[in-house]
Amino acid sequence: MSEAAAPQLELRGVIKRFGGVAAVDGVNFEVAKGEIVGIIGPNGAGKTTLLNCISGVHHLDGGDIRWNGDSIAGMAPHRVARLGIGRTFQIVKPFGSMTVRENAAVGALFGSAQARRGVKEAFALADEVLELVGLKAKASHPVSALTIPDRKRLEVARAVATRPQLLLLDEVMAGLNNVEIDEALEMVRAVHATGVTVLLIEHVMRVIVGICRRAVVLDFGHVLVQGEPAVVLQDERVIQAYLGERYAKRLKS
Amino acid sequence: MPNASNPEPLLKVSGLNAGFDAGPVLFGIDLDVASGELIAVVGANGAGKSTFLGAVSGLVRATSGTIRLAGEDVTNARPEALVRKGMAHVPQGRRLFGTISVEKNLLLGAYLRRDREVQDDVARVLDHFPALKNKLPRDAGTLSGGEQQMLAIARGMMVRPKLLMIDELSLGLAPKVVDRLIDVVQEIHREGTALILVEQDVLVALDVANRAYVLENGRVALSGPAAEVRDDQGVRKAYLGL
Repeated sequence: MSEAAAPQLELRGVIKRFGGVAAVDGVNFEVAKGEIVGIIGPNGAGKTTLLNCISGVHHLDGGDIRWNGDSIAGMAPHRVARLGIGRTFQIVKPFGSMTVRENAAVGALFGSAQARRGVKEAFALADEVLELVGLKAKASHPVSALTIPDRKRLEVARAVATRPQLLLLDEVMAGLNNVEIDEALEMVRAVHATGVTVLLIEHVMRVIVGICRRAVVLDFGHVLVQGEPAVVLQDERVIQAYLGERYAKRLKS
Repeated sequence: MPNASNPEPLLKVSGLNAGFDAGPVLFGIDLDVASGELIAVVGANGAGKSTFLGAVSGLVRATSGTIRLAGEDVTNARPEALVRKGMAHVPQGRRLFGTISVEKNLLLGAYLRRDREVQDDVARVLDHFPALKNKLPRDAGTLSGGEQQMLAIARGMMVRPKLLMIDELSLGLAPKVVDRLIDVVQEIHREGTALILVEQDVLVALDVANRAYVLENGRVALSGPAAEVRDDQGVRKAYLGL
C-alpha cells in the first residue's frame, strides 16, 4: 500500500473457527481512510464471517483487529457500531410496521454519540441520509411497499444514519440488474463522498471494477490475492478459484 | 422429449391477471413454453417476474385469464396438483429446510411420489451435482450458497418435472458457481425438460435461452428469440446497462 498514514482498519492474522473448521484462517489486510475496498471470493470463503468478526458479531479465535490503531477484537457489536463502524446485512430486515423515515431514524438514534441527541435530531439526520441514498421521495412509505432495490437502499440508509467512518456492505447489490446496479453505485459514491470509507462484499464484478480501488480475494479463509481490481481479476489463481474461465472471457470482451 | 403429435404447447398462459390483496401485479400476460424449450423471463425488480412464477405454480391467485398445461386448464389449481402434473418451482432464495439433512431435503422433493424409483432418482439427480454426493448426511443449512442452490434445483428435479422453473439462479453466487449451474441447466434442458429461468443477470439468461420475455410493470414489453431480445436497443439500455 502506498499510504504513509496509519491504516484506519487493520486485520492481523484474524482467525475464526466453527467447530473444527477455520472459516477465517489468518487474514491480514488493511484499509486506509477514504478507500473503497471490495472483498470477493467463492461462496463459503469466509467473507461474511470476516465482516462479522470486524463488526463484533463473532469473537476471534486468534489475531487482532485494530481500528484507528486500537484493538477492537472481542468488543460487543453495539460498541463497535458506536466507534464508527456501520454495517448492512445480506438478508435485509427492516422494521416492517414502520415507515422508511422511521427505519432510518432508528439507525440515527442508535448510532454514534453525535447522532444520539434526541428524536428530533434523529429524524433530521434520517431525512439527510434518505436524500443521500435516493429514498427521500419514499420517506413516508411503509417499508412493505418498497421494491428490492429500495429495501437495499434503506438497509444502507440505516447503517449510514449511525454516522459511520467505515461502512461495511454485505452484498447490497445482489439481485439487481445492471442498470439498478449502476444506480446503486451512484448511491455508494455519494456516501463515500461524505468522507466514509467503504469495505464491501460483492459477487458482481461490475461493482468491483466500477467502484473499488482495491480488491481482496478470499479463498478457504485466506487472502488469495489483493490489489487493483483490473489486475486481480486477470490473476490466474483468481480465475481458477473464483471467476471461472467463461466469466473471465466475458469480462475481457 | 418434445411431442410433435401434440400441437398444444406445454405451458400456455393467456391474458393472465394476478396479484395480491395490496393490488394487481400482472396485467394480461401471454406466454407459452413448448415442450423441451428453455425460456428466460427478465425485467426490473418489481416487474412481476416472481409473481408470474407464483401464479403458474398455483401460489398466487389468477384473477382472470387462463393457464393451460399440456392442453389442460390448470388455472388456480392447487400447487400440489400442479407438482403432480410435472411442474417444479425452485424459489428465489432457495427455501431449503436448513436443519434437516441434504438427503431428506431431496426426498421431500419427491414427497408426492408413491413409486419405488425415488432412491434411483436421488442417484440420477446427484449425477448433475457431484459436489452434493458426499454431503448427504449434512444439514442443508451448513452448505455454501452455491451448494444450497444446487440442492434447491436437485430437489426440484426429484419431481421429475416436465417444466422446471428457477427463480434467480445466480443470486448471491460466485461467477464460477453460476457457470457450473448454467452448465447443469443446459444438461437438464438437453435431457428434454422445459425450463423457465427468471434471472437478474440478463446476459447469463439470454446466453442459454431459446426465447425470452421482458416484463415491465406487470406486462410483456417484448418477447422473441433470445438473441433478438439481447440485441434490442431498449433492452441493452434498460437492463444490460450498455
